[in-house]
Amino acid sequence: MREVILPGSIEELWRCLDDKPQASVYAGGTDLLVKMYNGLFDPEALICLDRIEELKEVGEQGGSIRIGACATHSGLLEDPLVRKRLPALWKAIGGIGSPPVRNMGTIGGNICTASPAGDTLPPLYAMKAEVELLSREGSRRVPIPEFITGPGATCLKRAEILSAVWVKKPEGYNLHHFEKVGLRSALACSVVSMAALLRLRPEGIVEKAALAWGSVAPTVFRCPEAEEALAGKPLCAESLSKAAELVRDGVSPISDLRADADYRRAVAGNLLLRLVDIADEGKGR
Amino acid sequence: MKISFYLNGKDTCVDVPADRKLVSVLREDLELTGTKEGCGAGECGACTILVDGHVRLSCLMTAAQAQGRRITTIEGLAENGKVHPVQEAFIENGAVQCGFCTPGMVLAAVDLLDRNPDPTREQIREGLSGNLCRCSGYVKIVDAVEAAAGKIGRGKSR
Repeated sequence: MREVILPGSIEELWRCLDDKPQASVYAGGTDLLVKMYNGLFDPEALICLDRIEELKEVGEQGGSIRIGACATHSGLLEDPLVRKRLPALWKAIGGIGSPPVRNMGTIGGNICTASPAGDTLPPLYAMKAEVELLSREGSRRVPIPEFITGPGATCLKRAEILSAVWVKKPEGYNLHHFEKVGLRSALACSVVSMAALLRLRPEGIVEKAALAWGSVAPTVFRCPEAEEALAGKPLCAESLSKAAELVRDGVSPISDLRADADYRRAVAGNLLLRLVDIADEGKGR
Repeated sequence: MKISFYLNGKDTCVDVPADRKLVSVLREDLELTGTKEGCGAGECGACTILVDGHVRLSCLMTAAQAQGRRITTIEGLAENGKVHPVQEAFIENGAVQCGFCTPGMVLAAVDLLDRNPDPTREQIREGLSGNLCRCSGYVKIVDAVEAAAGKIGRGKSR
């Protein structure tokens, strides 16, 4: 029989990890338990972080918001700090899985799963989030693009957990957008997703853009060329079309059962074109 | 491993492997076969239960995770021999065809109406978006949840 341990505090967690150094650590289980129960993964023991309240806290510290790794997606959707200050992340979380999946799954789990299609990842990359990694020896902070080293791979060490994600409040941006294209609107893995933060002058000139795509490369795709191409230009079909070409040139999507690479490449650019309408509607502000 | 929890209003204790799927504990060890297992991967909602009042998927929980929780399955909704207003509305609106998704669908609706007693049809569709029905096309299910909201509202104002 495989043991399942539910530590109630971080102190207790370290003791569990001393006892069972080979144990797999999980929070919501919406990814790891699917693999385990379908025979794709056979951990020696399981440690569930579900009962560690101190890992679920969300708070403001200086100019940043610290989100505890075990905060569930549902919890974050109801959190006024996330809704008001991190609207692109909030929108992304609202489209994850389904209500029961959002009640179980956590932001830390979404990051550690490191799926190319992980929906919290594009907004976190666009906002230059950092993850806080905790071990008995202490904590370290790592920018999220360094933490995720490939599809399903991170630099998390043994006996270390992801304890929180730190996001600087994106000051000055007045358009916060996330859009996901899936095969249906609920319970859908992203075929292509995009997070976009724009600082727009009143006359419609883009002052600054932060853009990130999911599901079009082994990890989240950033496109500094497209961001530079947009800076100083009016937000219009012409400028966005030029930037979209740079995006389509830069992505490296795969073909799988959900979509082929050419479709993903086309849609990655097309999602950018939509920003004119988003700005017009005043949505996402 | 001995695991104790509050199931459908009763203190319950089972002695099962800690990593056993909670849905198997419910169906096979406790013989509560109302909860169904469909996909086993969190994508169909047939195994939906309420844990401390909120929808969760019992196919993606280990038995150990039930320890100390308040769990409600479809068998626990009726009170004093009378079905829950959501169940009643499902019957009256013909919202059941093959019935496999119904327990999960009903529990998802109970959770939704608990959080939002007067949802729009769009909010109902969103609230039930984790539960797949392959028979009905969902229209009568949404009708039933709307009707249940009315019943519960009238019950409270009485």
